Amino acid sequence: MPATALAEAGSAPAVVTPPTAPPSFGTLALRWYRLNRAGLRATAIGVISLLAFLLVWHLLTTYRVVFLVRFTNVPSPLAVYASFSKAIHDPKFLMHILLSCRRIFIGFSLAAIVGVPLGLIMGRFKLVHEIIFPVAEVLRPIPAIAWVPMAIMLWPTNEQSIVFITFLGSFFPILVNTLHGMSLVDPVLVRAAQCLGARERSIFREVYFPASLPHIFTGLTVGMGVAWVSLIAAEMISGQYGIGYFTWEAYSLVQYADIALGMIAIGVLGLGSSVLIRGAGRLVMPWSAK
Amino acid sequence: MSEVSVNTPKGHVEVKNFSLAYETIEGAVQAVTDTQIHVKPGEFVSIVGPSGCGKSTLLNAVAGFLKPTTGIVTVDGERVNGPSAERGMVFQQYSLFPWKTVRENVEFGLKMRGMPRSQRERAARTLLGLAGLEAFEKHYPERLSGGMKQRVGIVRALATGPKVLLLDEPFGALDAQTRVIMQQILTNMWQRLKISVLFVTHDIDEAIFLSDRVYCMTARPGSIKAEIPIPLERPRQQSMMMSSEFLALRRGLMSLIREESLKAMGGEISDMGLQGLNIELHGHSLADVI
Ligand SMILES: Nc1ncnc2c1ncn2[C@@H]1O[C@H](COP(=O)(O)OP(=O)(O)O)[C@@H](O)[C@H]1O
Ligand SMILES: [Mg+2]
Repeated sequence: MPATALAEAGSAPAVVTPPTAPPSFGTLALRWYRLNRAGLRATAIGVISLLAFLLVWHLLTTYRVVFLVRFTNVPSPLAVYASFSKAIHDPKFLMHILLSCRRIFIGFSLAAIVGVPLGLIMGRFKLVHEIIFPVAEVLRPIPAIAWVPMAIMLWPTNEQSIVFITFLGSFFPILVNTLHGMSLVDPVLVRAAQCLGARERSIFREVYFPASLPHIFTGLTVGMGVAWVSLIAAEMISGQYGIGYFTWEAYSLVQYADIALGMIAIGVLGLGSSVLIRGAGRLVMPWSAK
Repeated sequence: MSEVSVNTPKGHVEVKNFSLAYETIEGAVQAVTDTQIHVKPGEFVSIVGPSGCGKSTLLNAVAGFLKPTTGIVTVDGERVNGPSAERGMVFQQYSLFPWKTVRENVEFGLKMRGMPRSQRERAARTLLGLAGLEAFEKHYPERLSGGMKQRVGIVRALATGPKVLLLDEPFGALDAQTRVIMQQILTNMWQRLKISVLFVTHDIDEAIFLSDRVYCMTARPGSIKAEIPIPLERPRQQSMMMSSEFLALRRGLMSLIREESLKAMGGEISDMGLQGLNIELHGHSLADVI
């Protein structure tokens, strides 16, 4: 009896399906539509809402509306588009974008490379936590922008100080979220690992680290957002290149369409980098994929 | 696979003069006092008792997670002083690693032992087959039902070939039907592997149905109130639960527990128990039950 109970408990009852012809393209399309209805709806509404935004923008600028705020000098979407088609053939504009991306890449990567392991170690070893946490708590509330003068004094080149600011901006969210993740690790899982023969190092690698990953990725997403905020501010203040500098320069040179172009470019780049992180998260954490 | 097919029983657990107090802000909380229990090699022993009487405390001390305040815990003559793979544990809270597939969970202990990948994959598959879980080897735990999770938990704990399997109310959260299946699976695996089992439950039927011997604990501070051999023959069938032998054992245990539960709740001690049964209290000679 136990043997049959085992077998029955394990396998799902075999459902006998009558042989059927493969479904036609029409049925498949219909099924696909049914399964993805919610997603399709969201996409459709999203597109409509973006178009409405563009339309309102267009109307406000063509009629130069003045009501509390002044749209007199605000470029219209078409003007921005014209500016955009010119800019993508301009190596200087591409250079601005490339440099910003490089700064983000270096600053953010450094923040992740330092912040994640530090958070893991602080979460595991009380002494390290007790030593580092007070300093981190004092420095954390200082916005990265407030670091600009100090950064310029600290680092020999402008480029380094901008990367440093970007690093600082993303470092604290990454550290804090990693720490938070470590504090939430289920002690039962640690015990389970221990009585399967895991030692300290394996527990760290096999339990603490993967258990903290969802929070680490939250930290990386938030950190990426703050990295862009900090970068743009630093570029506006002290830069010579970069999309933040481009935007500020456009204002100084009274090229209003380029202001909007710079802003949109920043938005798109920020969105793109958080999409990248989310994708990486899904790759690294297949178990939480929905 | 030599680990799981050894035929000589092993895992002689002895707990002597055991007491354990938790240090709290209000002072020491005596959870367990003056307790002696043992599990003979290959024996299936259950511990029942009212909630809060120290069952988990006792089990966690055998697992090596807690240090006894007084007394000693040994397995095959060796003193327990920390968790180890020779004492497998199954927790009431499903404690599978969510970031590992079913098979990776089962492989974990073997991996910790340094077994090469292909070898441990094969071992894990064999074990999963025994529990009727081969179809789910690539699933993440999140997608499994409670019963399946716990089955994987048992298989995982058995994979390293422990001398003793410790289970802390493993089926407490399962529905009645699943429970029955799980009990059969556990019995089946226990008989095949010939290891000792120490099983904590508050379900009297479960304790009688599964065990060779049952310890009944007093309300907190917990100690052993009675030790009841279960002479029901094996293999045991569900239908046995209606036999007069089973029901008599059940009645006896029930009244012992009831007495302690009332004590735990501060109520009057009901002395209606032990009718028609000659179970004697721990320390005295135990007459044959029926
Ligand atoms: N960490 C702890 N600190 C203080 N008291 C505890 C702790 N863990 C358990 N206890 C107390 O010890 C007693 C026994 O607990 P436990 O072994 O979990 O009981 P059981 O598993 O039988 O329900 C309970 O009264 C509980 O409140
Ligand atoms: Mg308990």
